[in-house]
Amino acid sequence: MTPLSKALDQGFKYLLLALVLITLIVTVSVIVLLTKESSGFFSQVPLGEFLFGKEWTPLLEPKSFGVLPLVNGTFMIVFGAIGMALPAGLFVATYLNEYATDRTRSYIKPALEVLAGIPTVVYGFFALTFVTPILKTMFPEIQIFNAASGAIVVAIMVLPMIASLVDDGFRSVPRALREGAYGLGANSVEVITQVVIPAAGTRITAAVVLAISRAIGETMAVTLAAGATPKITANPLESIQTMTAYIVQVTSGDVQAGGIEYQTVYVVGALLFVITFMMNVIGNIVLSKPVMEAR
Amino acid sequence: MSPHRRRMNKAFKWCCRITTYGAIGVLALLLFHIAYEGMSWISWDFITNFPSRKAEKAGIYTALVGSVYVMVITTLFVVPFGIGTAIYLEEYASQKSLFIRFVKLNIANLAGMPSIIYGLLGLTLFVRIMGLDRSILAGSLTLGLLVLPVIIIASQEAIRAVPQMVREAGFAMGARRYQVVIWQVLPAAIPGIMTGIILAISRAVGETAPLIVIGALSYVAFLPEDMFDMFTVLPVQIYNWAGRPQPEFHSLAAAGIIVLLAFLFTLNSIAVLIREKFQRYKL
Repeated sequence: MTPLSKALDQGFKYLLLALVLITLIVTVSVIVLLTKESSGFFSQVPLGEFLFGKEWTPLLEPKSFGVLPLVNGTFMIVFGAIGMALPAGLFVATYLNEYATDRTRSYIKPALEVLAGIPTVVYGFFALTFVTPILKTMFPEIQIFNAASGAIVVAIMVLPMIASLVDDGFRSVPRALREGAYGLGANSVEVITQVVIPAAGTRITAAVVLAISRAIGETMAVTLAAGATPKITANPLESIQTMTAYIVQVTSGDVQAGGIEYQTVYVVGALLFVITFMMNVIGNIVLSKPVMEAR
Repeated sequence: MSPHRRRMNKAFKWCCRITTYGAIGVLALLLFHIAYEGMSWISWDFITNFPSRKAEKAGIYTALVGSVYVMVITTLFVVPFGIGTAIYLEEYASQKSLFIRFVKLNIANLAGMPSIIYGLLGLTLFVRIMGLDRSILAGSLTLGLLVLPVIIIASQEAIRAVPQMVREAGFAMGARRYQVVIWQVLPAAIPGIMTGIILAISRAVGETAPLIVIGALSYVAFLPEDMFDMFTVLPVQIYNWAGRPQPEFHSLAAAGIIVLLAFLFTLNSIAVLIREKFQRYKL
């Protein structure tokens, strides 16, 4: 073996290692820039006022910087969407796993992937021009922009993700467990609800956590459909504003860089990052663990 | 079995079946609604016209060209980094090392980071600090960072699917690791990697939020000449039209969505074709 080829081998290895570091640099730069811009904001607004204030009017006089209305808007979408998508996802995963033939499965899986691959702006358009008019026939008092239609399309959007993660979880439940339950005389609904779902419990939790994180970060559908009115409400028929929609509203407008209005974008972004980051870490750690150790 | 248990079992099975077909029905409904709203606006003029304040004259040409530019430049940037990282993680890294596990968790987290945060990163890093302004280059770099984790994960899977014996045969011939990677593993994994890359890039083509954040929402009535020019892309143009109150602009948005979905469908078909035709090893 020549020294040259040894040097090439080592060089190649360290070149690749340098590329690996880029992914770490991305995370570090996000944390640094969000911290830096937020610290400018918090030198003018106390943290307590930001986190617990109930008025969000940074673009109007008198300015007020309480983020709770945006958090309220975001979580209305999240709870609505997960509330619909979780049971639906469990049903779909069950159907794929326990009832569908391989042939049916080979049609349904790609269709769900198409659903997952449709750009979010398309869902926003669908919410605005299809879901809201239908809701209006049921609830005439509904506003043109409303949380309900946003939550419905976000549910459609996260359904494939939940179904596919839960499906993976179901598949990793050992066959012997099912056979045992069937052998004791259980029927399929009993096996699924009392054996398979509890056995795949951690995977289902991870799916929900990751889906919540996804729904929190969802932007275009809620910007188009749910409105731009930050407020604290529990009525899904009203217009609200989410954290992401606020960032879009300000960055697509003419707000000057450097002012406090501009810094609010980074502060809201930082809050968004902290919440989704924690959920992603938890979800991914749970996912990386095997469902059941083979004994 | 008691009749009650049997009924429960049947009802549950039907619930599962109806929900599944319902989800696919929603997909059909969505596609049908968009075709119904936008199909009559699709014409050669719509494809080749510049945007206009008048709905009947407006076209999607600048956005289409912008999307193609962004797609190509993003791919050029992100592919070497994505594949390189995947090779290191699969072929060189010790799977037990704490550092590598940390890197992998970080990549999984980046894949789940909201796209709008990538927009804030691009706005600060590329638009302001690097002074690229609201250019195609800034947009492409932002989208590049966004799809990098997706490409890494897809490439890792393709590399992992190459059987161990391919490597061992290379080592037995006296090849060094870099030679095995470049001449044996990569050629075998390339179809899988390409499929992953095309799917990731089609995600970038559909992205709206990060590009709005870095400022691609302007009214652009000219074609970009180089990568430092201002630009708009299909999803941003669609968002712009969908956000207006007049119904004729909603039809324009639907027509734009048809063009966007056709674009994505073409990309995806190419990916599937590569997977079916050239992929030798599947995971």
